[in-house]
Amino acid sequence: MRRFSSFRDFDWMLLTLVLLTSVLSVLEIRSATLNTRFHGYAGKQIGFLLVGLLLMFLISFVDYHRLVEIAPWAYAIGVLSLVAVKLVGTSVMGGKRWINLGGGVHFQPSEWVKLILVLAIARYFWGLAGRQLTWLDIAKAFAMVGVPMYLVLKQPDLGTALTYLPILVSGLFLGGIKPRQTAVLLLLFTLVGGAAWLSGKRPKGYQMARITSFINPDNDPRGTGYQIRQSLIAVGSGGLWGKGTNQGTQTQGDFLPIPYTDFIFAAFCEEHGFVGGMGILLLYFLILTRLIQNAQQASDMPGAFIVMGVVAVVLFQIVVNIGMVVGLLPVTGIPLPLMSYGGSSILFTFLALGIVMNIRMRRFVN
Amino acid sequence: MPTAPHPEWHLARDEKVSAAKLHATQYLVVIMLAVLAAGMWRLQIVGADGYRLLAEANRIRKQPVLAPRGKIFDREGRILVDNYPSVSCFLLREQAKDLQADIPLIARGLDLPVEQIQATVRRYASSPKYEWIPLKQDITQDEQAFIEAHRNELPELETQDDQRRLYPRDGFAAHLIGYVGEVSEEDLNSSKFAFYEPGDVVGKSGVEETYDAILRGTDGSRDVVVNSRGKEIGQPIRQQLAIPGHDLRLTIDLDLQRVAEQAMEGKNGALVAMDPHTGEILAMVSRPTFDPNQFAVRLTKSYWSQIVNDPNHPLMNKTIQAQYAPGSTFKIIMSLAGLEEQAAQDMHVMCNGGATFYGHFFACDHHHGMVDIEHAIPWSCDTYYYTLAEKLGIDTIAKYATEVGLSQKTGIDLPDEASGTMPSTAWKMKTQHDKWYAGETISVGIGQGAVQATPIQLARALSGIASGGVLKRPHVVFPDELPPDMASAIAATFPGSGDRTIPITPDNWQTITDGMAQTMLPGGYDTGAAVRLEGIDFAGKTGTAQLVNHSIGGNNLLTGNARANAWFVGMAPRRNPDIVVAVLVEHGGWGAEASAPLAAQVVNAFVTKQRKREGNLLQVATPKPEQPKPAPVPTGAGE
Repeated sequence: MRRFSSFRDFDWMLLTLVLLTSVLSVLEIRSATLNTRFHGYAGKQIGFLLVGLLLMFLISFVDYHRLVEIAPWAYAIGVLSLVAVKLVGTSVMGGKRWINLGGGVHFQPSEWVKLILVLAIARYFWGLAGRQLTWLDIAKAFAMVGVPMYLVLKQPDLGTALTYLPILVSGLFLGGIKPRQTAVLLLLFTLVGGAAWLSGKRPKGYQMARITSFINPDNDPRGTGYQIRQSLIAVGSGGLWGKGTNQGTQTQGDFLPIPYTDFIFAAFCEEHGFVGGMGILLLYFLILTRLIQNAQQASDMPGAFIVMGVVAVVLFQIVVNIGMVVGLLPVTGIPLPLMSYGGSSILFTFLALGIVMNIRMRRFVN
Repeated sequence: MPTAPHPEWHLARDEKVSAAKLHATQYLVVIMLAVLAAGMWRLQIVGADGYRLLAEANRIRKQPVLAPRGKIFDREGRILVDNYPSVSCFLLREQAKDLQADIPLIARGLDLPVEQIQATVRRYASSPKYEWIPLKQDITQDEQAFIEAHRNELPELETQDDQRRLYPRDGFAAHLIGYVGEVSEEDLNSSKFAFYEPGDVVGKSGVEETYDAILRGTDGSRDVVVNSRGKEIGQPIRQQLAIPGHDLRLTIDLDLQRVAEQAMEGKNGALVAMDPHTGEILAMVSRPTFDPNQFAVRLTKSYWSQIVNDPNHPLMNKTIQAQYAPGSTFKIIMSLAGLEEQAAQDMHVMCNGGATFYGHFFACDHHHGMVDIEHAIPWSCDTYYYTLAEKLGIDTIAKYATEVGLSQKTGIDLPDEASGTMPSTAWKMKTQHDKWYAGETISVGIGQGAVQATPIQLARALSGIASGGVLKRPHVVFPDELPPDMASAIAATFPGSGDRTIPITPDNWQTITDGMAQTMLPGGYDTGAAVRLEGIDFAGKTGTAQLVNHSIGGNNLLTGNARANAWFVGMAPRRNPDIVVAVLVEHGGWGAEASAPLAAQVVNAFVTKQRKREGNLLQVATPKPEQPKPAPVPTGAGE
């Protein structure tokens, strides 16, 4: 029968890669905040990492099936918490995203909802038990992701809302959506999107500014375009080997916006060059590959769905963030997993990893 | 941690996600990361050099370090023009988020008209963005506080410590010193200003203009490292120190200048005092005057229009720019010509209040009776000089007048000197394409007609004659205190009759100077007797020059604005004088009344100071080498 899950089956390899990335993150946060009033952030990030690791270990002992079972409840609570943010949330920098828990602790429900959605989607598609997806099934999946996404979009937090999409896409993909259905959906989105654009329902305010300044950064050298421009200068001027730790002029001179969160990769590339940046990409490649391996080895479908959901979110965030930093995509405000400073992001990542660990530890459990 | 199996789990345990899909995902990961790597390659390998330059441009700001302008002192080292620290406000366009939107706020904070700022910005539209645009100079403390308080909203405003010109008050020596101002657009297009940049402060008149090249010094610059808010961080990476401007010692004697300024107060005209031995200008006053301090900061429209619309031309340095008929002061030159030509020595003229020449009656002020050269000068008898002029002819008169420097610039080291006019047959043919009529010569004999001279020309001419023919180039800065190349550049820039010696027979020279000394003595018809200086060998010649074409009608024109210009040229002592003074009072009326007393004040002050100093330094050394005295001076002056 079932074997006890043990630390021998814990994914030490994955943990090593993750910790290595986290160490680089802490070092870069330290460098990027050295001469600023944020110079304590590296220490705080270590604190977040320790808490994250602890939670990771704790959750890795919880049978993920339990989590899948309670997913509908968690989903309900998650949606409610998003509504609560709308009602009693704290506004920071133009967005109502946090609930103040007192004692300086701010809770950002949209990050947790990400995890809940991974579990809920896994449960939903498992419930379909591998049968051919009907249009109704697809519509339900859309609704499931759509409701929290809409709430987060209204906070407004386009970045986090967008990270829910890959969970849906991965669910549909693994759940067996047909190429024909995919084509119809894509066509539908194109039509709806095009119609909305033409009828004047375009992104407003800063979102539109981000798109236009992405297309032409020099248009607005002091606004959003400024961020992109400074990021490109930071990355580009890093050259092959970089300017050295604490030596990035863009980072140290405060030209690069928020070099410890959204633009940390630009800061890293400036100080450690193409070689350093490729090192980070290699780490991400190894982590994602390891996760996909874990999905392959998962003992059942929900396990694989969960791991692949995590892969989808992490890959999406990496692509969107680094794509933004190197000027391939517009500014969206999505943190770089394992690199950007921030408690909510770390806790999501490590809790997700904890669940993945549990799935791996139970790979031989039947 | 074992958990109880959920019954449903077994239903799906054989369901597995297809390996193909996971492999597809793995490929997707590789493709995505490869795209990102390509993006990094594009920036960090292909574009690295370009981005490196941009990063440097970001953090390195070139800051001008302004060179303090050289100070200006009088001949005894007393300060005339000083600098004082001030703060200027600059506009850094590359720092602006939306410059056009900010302009109203900037205008309010700096108390400038919006249109003026817009015009300034437009003016610099074609210059590089990183260039600092001077917005306002010498800003107040409130304006500084405004800039400090709006660092975040208006990062484009930057202040810089600066040195500003502090000129003497009330327009003291304003024409001589001149003023500085921002170099104008037209100036920048000329080759003379090839090394100047917009916003540079440049001398605009007077000594400030002539000696701008050495007064201004060389601005330095600093390459400083700044952060995104323009705050300086760390040490400057490159520093080029400013080279301060050269201090300038003028030949002006502040004490004398003060007396001259006071003497000329409330008058329109000019006074210049010079040392005939050297050509050094001791005092130079032009009236009305203006306040150069108003020009040194930003000139207000009202002050400017007040200055340029004043009919008395406050900006004109009348000592070198006013060209008027010299009137009877010209009789000095006439006497020189007559004596050197051996025509005057034995000439005796009967003055019956005038005489008729070529059918016209030419009047004299008095019925002088029989007049010879010894009396003609002190009495200023017109009849005598009409006769002499007729005898000599215009070209002979012109020859001597030109020899003593009329109709040419003196070459004084100040901008825009006028050259005056000395008529001659050639001159008339050239300018009016007409022959000279002998009748025209008559009025030239008393310094009327087409003759025009500036005060500095008359001062120099008298200096030369009274020094036995040694003429010096007047100057306000000691040439041997200049860098050699500057001294030769000045000589080349201000051509003129310069230093020259003309042969004058000593007897003739004595006759003229004795006559001029006699002018100042009481008795007979002596014209300058009223301003005699007790105990000083003060010699001079008055002049009362009509403004309209000379019509001999007596004194009926000596009223109002059409009143004659009052002239006086004088010296002390009479031979080899230490000081020569020329005074012009526009519409002053009689030279003897309006101008001679002003010159007397200056000469008196000069001699008094000289005597005091000689008394003080009696035990030490004579401050000036003894001038060779060709003949013992007769003590006719009652010393």
